[in-house]
Amino acid sequence: MQVNDNKEFQPLIVAFCCNWCSYAGADLSGTNRLNYPTNVKIIRVPCSCRVNPMFILRAFQRGADGVILCGCHPGDCHYTSGNYFTRRRMTLLFSMLDFLGIERDRTRVEWVSAAEGAKFAATMNEFTEAVKKLGPNRRLEDLRCKKQ
Amino acid sequence: MQEAMINKAKQLLADGTVNRVIGWKKGEFVYDITPAIFETAEELDADFVYNEFTAANVSKYLVKESKKEGKILAFLKPCDTYSLNQLTKEHRVNRDNIYVVGIPGGPKLDAEKIKAKGITGITGIKNENYTLKIETVYGEQTMPFYEAISDKCASCKSKKHVTYDELIGEDGDVLESNRFDMVEKLENMTAQERYDFWRAELSKCIRCNACRNVCPACTCEKCVFDNPESGVENKAASNSFEENMFHIIRAFHVAGRCTDCGECSRVCPQNIPLHLLNRKFIKDINSLYGEYQAGEDTTTKAPLNAYTTDDCEASIVHERGVE
Repeated sequence: MQVNDNKEFQPLIVAFCCNWCSYAGADLSGTNRLNYPTNVKIIRVPCSCRVNPMFILRAFQRGADGVILCGCHPGDCHYTSGNYFTRRRMTLLFSMLDFLGIERDRTRVEWVSAAEGAKFAATMNEFTEAVKKLGPNRRLEDLRCKKQ
Repeated sequence: MQEAMINKAKQLLADGTVNRVIGWKKGEFVYDITPAIFETAEELDADFVYNEFTAANVSKYLVKESKKEGKILAFLKPCDTYSLNQLTKEHRVNRDNIYVVGIPGGPKLDAEKIKAKGITGITGIKNENYTLKIETVYGEQTMPFYEAISDKCASCKSKKHVTYDELIGEDGDVLESNRFDMVEKLENMTAQERYDFWRAELSKCIRCNACRNVCPACTCEKCVFDNPESGVENKAASNSFEENMFHIIRAFHVAGRCTDCGECSRVCPQNIPLHLLNRKFIKDINSLYGEYQAGEDTTTKAPLNAYTTDDCEASIVHERGVE
């Protein structure tokens, strides 16, 4: 992604979407012709609990300005309980990031079902706006990974 | 105490209950005491020590030792028994091969705190009525015992042995500890202040991996930080991202399993308060998922291996407090 001084800051958002609900939700928002920003890059994962805390940090290292994790609603996990584990893990991880002084608003967990195309688009619009306000990620960046 | 322990060890070696003993022996300096294994009564007489500097937690050594032939005698302080219980729960040690003799904890001293007083060239340290008589190459010096107590012992959480086969001395109780004070102080700072605090601390990290190697909860045979494919196996953290990531992931991997033994901070050659990261997780787990003390027993499920359907959402982090 090119960041040009003349233009307004465009954040890079990484969205981890679970295969069974949120990825289908993203697909539905597409087929419904709902707009969501092109800043959002989707990475499909088998289940939201596939997301290791390292994935999130790694996304920030490689230039993401915000990371959002989407999964099935609690109780609807394709693997019965994956998202319950995600919920505990991510709560602790986000709390730790906050403890280290890294902006907590750059990370989010959102439950999006396969039928919620509109919610997916709305969430992405809102999250992109929020990250845009925060500006570029400086506290968890790795300069070696920046393209010149 | 040392005498009683040597006698107990000799007796258990002689009657064949155990075939070796894990304890401590002197290193290069009087305050530099290291865990060691003894196989004979002569070795015990010659080298075995137990004093104010035997702070090392020997539980982690039992992961390897308990898989060898015969029983091993381990002298465990109260905090060490929590670590052993946690390892037993995770099936990392063979508890049947370990004979635990519980010994009273008692505050351990931190040689760095003595050196910070400008006392160097230490050749001997004696505790007389809570005054330390320190012999140095420049003559004798004194300092109050309580000023030299290590941070980990100053915020002791428990003097109770949670597992033992035999006790020397009396068993203690779980204490009211002030161990979360510093975590709370940090939580009340602004994000910028916290960020500056941790940058100052973590930028000292030399990635010696001592915190990982000493941790009784870090017992994976293949560690993510040794995996060349992971891109984080570098021996020196080369920038702020790696420093942050190493310490976040290290603490996260032991979240819910950390017994708060404080070894990570004790061994850190750069004196980074690493236990604060672990305590932050413990504090969060206690407040969000109910009080939990890792290693207290060998049956309850670890908080990150369990869930309830009405757990709080991750957004609770964003909602609480001011930025």
